[in-house]
Amino acid sequence: MAKTTGKVIGVNGNMVSVEVEGDVSLNEVGYILVNDQKLKSEIIRIRGSRVEMQVFEMTRGIGIGDPVEFTDQLLAVELGPGLLSQVYDGLQNPLPELAQQCGFFLQRGIYLNALDRKKTWDFAPTAKVGDVLSAGDSLGTVPEGIFTHRIMVPFDVQGSVTVEKIVSPGVYTVDSEVAVVKDSKGKSAALTMMFEWPVKRAITAYAERLKPVDQMVTKVRIIDTFLPVALGGTYCIPGPFGAGKTVLQQVTSRNAEVDIVIIAACGERAGEVVETLKEFPELLDPKTGRTLMERTVIICNTSSMPVAAREASVYTAVTIAEYYRQMGLNVLLLADSTSRWAQAMREMSGRLEEIPGEEAFPAYLESVIASFYERAGLVRLKDGNNGSVTIGGTVSPAGGNFEEPVTQATLKVVGAFHGLSRDRADARKYPSIHPLDSWSKYQGCIDTKQTDYARNILFRGNEINQMMKVVGEEGTSLEDYVVYQKSEFLDRVYLQQDSFDPVDASVDVERQTYIFGIIFDILGAQLNLSSQKEARDFFSNLRQNFLDFNGAEWQSPKFKELEKVIRDMIQEKKDGFDSVAQSLLASAR
Amino acid sequence: MQKVYNRIESIAGNVITVSATGVKYDDLALVTARHGESLAQVIRLNGEKVSLQVFTGARGISTGDEVRFLGHSMQISFTENLLGRIFDGSGRPRDNGPTLEENLVEIGGPSVNPAMRIIPRNMIRTGIPMIDVFNTLVESQKLPIFSVSGEPYNQLLARIAMQAEVDLIILGGIGLKYDDYLFFKETLEEGGALSRTIFFVHTASDPIVEALLVPDISLAVAEKFALQGKRVLVLLTDMTNFADAMKEIAITMEQVPSNRGYPGDLYSQLASRYEKAVDFEGTGSITILGVTTMPGDDVTHPIPDNTGYITEGQYYLRNGRIEPFGSLSRLKQMVNKDTRKDHRSIMDAMITLYAAFKESMEKKSMGFRMTEWDDKLLKYGSLFETKMMDLSVNIPLEQALDLGWEILAECFEPQETGLRSDLTQEFWPKVKAEV
Repeated sequence: MAKTTGKVIGVNGNMVSVEVEGDVSLNEVGYILVNDQKLKSEIIRIRGSRVEMQVFEMTRGIGIGDPVEFTDQLLAVELGPGLLSQVYDGLQNPLPELAQQCGFFLQRGIYLNALDRKKTWDFAPTAKVGDVLSAGDSLGTVPEGIFTHRIMVPFDVQGSVTVEKIVSPGVYTVDSEVAVVKDSKGKSAALTMMFEWPVKRAITAYAERLKPVDQMVTKVRIIDTFLPVALGGTYCIPGPFGAGKTVLQQVTSRNAEVDIVIIAACGERAGEVVETLKEFPELLDPKTGRTLMERTVIICNTSSMPVAAREASVYTAVTIAEYYRQMGLNVLLLADSTSRWAQAMREMSGRLEEIPGEEAFPAYLESVIASFYERAGLVRLKDGNNGSVTIGGTVSPAGGNFEEPVTQATLKVVGAFHGLSRDRADARKYPSIHPLDSWSKYQGCIDTKQTDYARNILFRGNEINQMMKVVGEEGTSLEDYVVYQKSEFLDRVYLQQDSFDPVDASVDVERQTYIFGIIFDILGAQLNLSSQKEARDFFSNLRQNFLDFNGAEWQSPKFKELEKVIRDMIQEKKDGFDSVAQSLLASAR
Repeated sequence: MQKVYNRIESIAGNVITVSATGVKYDDLALVTARHGESLAQVIRLNGEKVSLQVFTGARGISTGDEVRFLGHSMQISFTENLLGRIFDGSGRPRDNGPTLEENLVEIGGPSVNPAMRIIPRNMIRTGIPMIDVFNTLVESQKLPIFSVSGEPYNQLLARIAMQAEVDLIILGGIGLKYDDYLFFKETLEEGGALSRTIFFVHTASDPIVEALLVPDISLAVAEKFALQGKRVLVLLTDMTNFADAMKEIAITMEQVPSNRGYPGDLYSQLASRYEKAVDFEGTGSITILGVTTMPGDDVTHPIPDNTGYITEGQYYLRNGRIEPFGSLSRLKQMVNKDTRKDHRSIMDAMITLYAAFKESMEKKSMGFRMTEWDDKLLKYGSLFETKMMDLSVNIPLEQALDLGWEILAECFEPQETGLRSDLTQEFWPKVKAEV
C-alpha cells in the first residue's frame, strides 16, 4: 500500500495544517519536507481531508505546498537493552550523540537511533522451540549493567504464538534476529531484541494490577515517616519557585530505594539537568556499588526546546518506566514539572481554537492528567513476579497558588501530596514540605497512631505560636509553652534535614524508626520544667545535641555517646508519659 | 523570487494580510507605504492568505501599498563594527553611523544541546558588595532584578555595565523611556565603557512590534560573540515591557488569553530567551541580567512569577538597595567556595545578624525595652546598611570581605558573631579600624 502523503496548507506557530490524500489516524507521525530537512510532526486533529499536526521542531521556513509524508505509525519509542544511563530528548533522540554530530546547538530535522545498533549484547535464550508464548513473555535475557534485562515477546503481539526458531547463546546486536514465532493463523514473524511501542498507550502485558502496599523509601524523614509513598503509588510536589522542588527531586533520584529511576526534565531549566548529568556518573549507589547513572535514564526536554516535544517527553518517560517494570523491577519516574507539560497542552489547544476551560487550559486537562498518573501501579507479571512504576510529579502553580487547575487536577488522582511552602523555604527550613497541609494515603514505616500524635503536637504548637504572637510569652501558660517547644523541636531535628550533610542527607528506615522512638519519648513525656526559661534552655540544649546526633554515623561511638547524653537529659526531667502517649506505647508493645 | 504584491486585504492592529504564494513561515517582507518603508514578518499562513506583522505598525498603510517578500527570516549583521554602536529594535542605526549589512546572521536560532552545557564555575565581579559578597553573579547565569517603577534599576544596570568584568556588554532596552536611553548612553560614554557595548534600544515611543525583537537580536549577537570566545553580559531592561508587548499582540491576533490577558505561551517565550544564557566549553559565555518591574509590587503577577520559575534566582531592588532577604543567586555555591575561605562564613554570619537586627527593630518600634545585645544589633544594622547595602558602595570583593570583618569588629566580640573560631582568629581585625 502506498504511503499517505499530503501538502501543507497553513502554518500557525508550531501547528501546521495539511491537506491529505489517503488514510491517516490520530497521533500518527508524519514528516514535513522543508528544503532538505524532514520535520517530525504528529496528527492532533482530523477534519475531512484537512488535518492539523503539531510539529516537534521550529516551524521557520515551512511554506504552503510543502510535501508531507505519513508513516502509518503512532508516536513510538524504541524498547530494548541499552536504554539505561542514556540521556534522551523528548522524542528519544540521544543527546550526547546528537552533540557529537551537530555541536553546541540542537539542529532540527536530525533523528538518531535511540538504541545503539552497533553495540552487542550477550543473549541467553530461555524459550525453546515449540514453546507457546504471549506478549510480554521472555525469549531470553541479556545482562545490562547490574540488571538482567529480559528480552520479551513484543507487547503488541495478539494472542499466543509458537516459537519456531530461537538462536543459540551468543553476542548479538539489538536489531539482529533472535527468534521466529508463528501466530495462530500460521503467519511467521522474526523478532529482534528491540521493538517499538506507541508512547500514549499504557503497556498492559501483565496478569493483574495489585494495590500498592510496600513503602518506597526515599530516605527523607518527613516523607518516609509522615507522608509515605508506596511502590507503585503516585505523589505530587506542588510548590512556588524557589521552594526547592527540584532539589527534593534530585535528592530523591539519588537516594530512593528502587531499582531504576527515570528522570523526565520537562520544560525546566537546562542547568539543573546538567548537574545530574555531570554528577551521576561520579556518584556511587551504596546498595550496588555502581554509579547512579547505571540505574538512571534521563529524558530531557528543557524549557527552550520545542514545546510539542515537551508534551511527548512525559509519555516517552512513562513508557520506558513501564518497559522495565515488565522485568519485575521497581521503577521510579520523576517528572519535573507536570505544569510545563500542561502548559504545552494549553498552547496547542489555543492554536486549535478549542473552547478554553479554566485559565485557558483545555477541558480535557483533568482526564489527561488522570490517565498519566494511572500508568503508575504495582502489577503481578505473568511469570508471577511483581514490578512497579511509581510516579512523582512536581507542579509549578502560577503564583504559588494551589487553587489553580493543574494542582487541583493532580490532587484528585495522586496518593500523596507533598505541598511545599514558601514560608518554610524563606525560613530556610528544608525540605520545605508543609507538615500540616500535606497528606498521604499510604502506610509508612512507623505506626500511624504515633505519627498522628506527633502531627497533633505540631498542630497545637502552631496554634500556640500564633497566640503567642499576640499575648507574648508572658501570657502563655507553661504547659502550652512546653507543647510549643516540643513542636519546634520536632520540626527542627526531625522534619528538617540537611541535604548537604553526608550522614543527614539520607536516613534509612532502620535509623528513622530508631530515632523516631527517641523523639516520641520526648513528645509524649510529662516534663518537670519549672519555668519558661528552663523549658527554653532545656530544649535548646536538647536540640543542639540532637543535631550533632543526626550528623553522627549510625551506631558509631559518637552516635552512642550522644544517644546516652540525650537519653540522660530526658530521664532527668521526665515524669512519666501523658495518658494518650502511654496507651499508644502500650498498644505498640 | 522577490515578487511584489500590491493588494493588502485586511489591516487589523499591526497585522496585515495579503494573498501570496511561495511564502515561507517566519519570512520577512518589506512594506512600502506613503510615509516610508517598514519590515514585516510572516506570522501565519492559511492557504494563500499570508498574515504579516508590520514592525513599525500598520497605521498609515493603505490597502494599495506594496508588499515585497525578501525570502529570508529576520537577520542582523554580525561584525566587530557593531561595538560602540546604537541600534533600534529592527537593527537600524539609531546613532549617525552607517547601516551594517555584511555577514548577516539569523536571529532566534536553535537551543543549546543540554548535553553540551557545563556546570558554571566562574564568578563575574561587579564591585557591588551586595552582589559580589552575598549573591554572587556567575558566568552563564540568568538573573532578573525584581523591582517596581521608580526604583533606580537602570542606574544599577548602568553601573554593572561599567564595572562588570566581562569582555562585552549588550544592552537591550525594551520600552525604555527616552530619558533613560539618554542616561545609559551618557553614563557609558563618560565611563568609557561605550566601546565595549552594543545597544539595541526600543524606546517607549517606538512601534510595539519592535519591542519583541530586542531580546532576540541582542541574544543572537551575543551568541555569535560568545562562540568567538568573548564573555558577554546581556542586560535587558525592562522584560515586563516585552511581556506586555506580547500580550498586546496576542490579543489583537485574537488568541485565547490564559492568565490576566497574557498568552498561554508566556513561559515558553520567556524561557526561550533566558535559556540562551550558556557557558560554551572551550570558548565564551552569555550571562543575562534582566529587569522585571513587578506591577503593583506583586511577585505573583504572571510576569515575575513565570520569570522566577525560569531564572536562577533573583535580586530584589527595594528602597534603592538590593534586599538581602529574598534575593538569591542559585549558582553562588558553585563559585564562592573558591574566592576566599572566609567568604561563605562571613556571608552567612552577616545575614543572620542582619535578620536579628530586623527583629530588634521590630521590638523597638513596638516599644519594648532594648537590651545591651539589641543596642549592638542596632548599631550593626545601621553600619551594614550604610557601608555595605548602599548602592553607591563600589569596592572589590576582597575589600568588601575585609569591610565586613571591620563592621563586625566595630559592633561585636568575636564569639558573639557565630563565626568559627579559626576564622575569627585569622581575620578579626587586630586594631579596631575606624569604620
